[in-house]
Amino acid sequence: MGDGHQPVIDCFDRGKAMLNRVVTGAHYGLRDWLVQRVTAVVMALFVLFVVGYLLLQPRVDYDVWTRMFSNNVTRSFALLFLLSLFYHAWIGVRDIVMDYVKPASIRLLIHVLVILALLMYSIWSVQILWGF
Amino acid sequence: MNKKRPKHLALHLIKLPLPGFVSILHRLSGVILFLSLPLLLWVLQASMRSIETYTQLMEILQHPLSKLVCIGLLWAFLHHFCAGIRYLAIDLHLGSSLAQARASSKWVMGISLLLTVLIGVKLC
Repeated sequence: MGDGHQPVIDCFDRGKAMLNRVVTGAHYGLRDWLVQRVTAVVMALFVLFVVGYLLLQPRVDYDVWTRMFSNNVTRSFALLFLLSLFYHAWIGVRDIVMDYVKPASIRLLIHVLVILALLMYSIWSVQILWGF
Repeated sequence: MNKKRPKHLALHLIKLPLPGFVSILHRLSGVILFLSLPLLLWVLQASMRSIETYTQLMEILQHPLSKLVCIGLLWAFLHHFCAGIRYLAIDLHLGSSLAQARASSKWVMGISLLLTVLIGVKLC
């Protein structure tokens, strides 16, 4: 490397490098940067909406709490909040794992587990919001 | 290439400036919130499913240990929220100078801790 020439990568090494990058790398930078911020704004708006709504009620009990979700607009807003949360969590956790977990196999395993968990949470969220 | 170059990762020697501390707490609080997602979804489900599960949940939340967990999660949420707003502002080039960024990191720490105490006291 110290002789001033570009290092020569043979086909095998390059293939391996590309495979590693495809499986665990962050080559989706700008889109995820944007998604992270858009989902953050969606979540912040929903949180402010819920906090504001509840503060305006004289008291909060089961009826007030569930009445808030009784129309499809709030319910859909709540689902949008949760799906934004899961997408936001995926980008955040993936970035942290990429920074601190070096072995590709463990990193991949954690990524798969996180994706599966978040997909299950998404299904669960629909059941929670439309199941009562 | 000199393979013995220093790596500067002696964590006990690194003194993070406050904005760096806020940044690492943003990650830590994010991980805490991610790991508590199943618990939080379960709480949401119990709170909505029926008046019985709602009442049962309110009883569980009266337990001192539940209150402790709630206050911990409340801090994680408030810190993540406040620090996140700060990053959004910095992305819009609001308060991105060094002096302003240092000042806003103090506000993030202060407001999230203060709100945690205030809401925690109200809930207990």
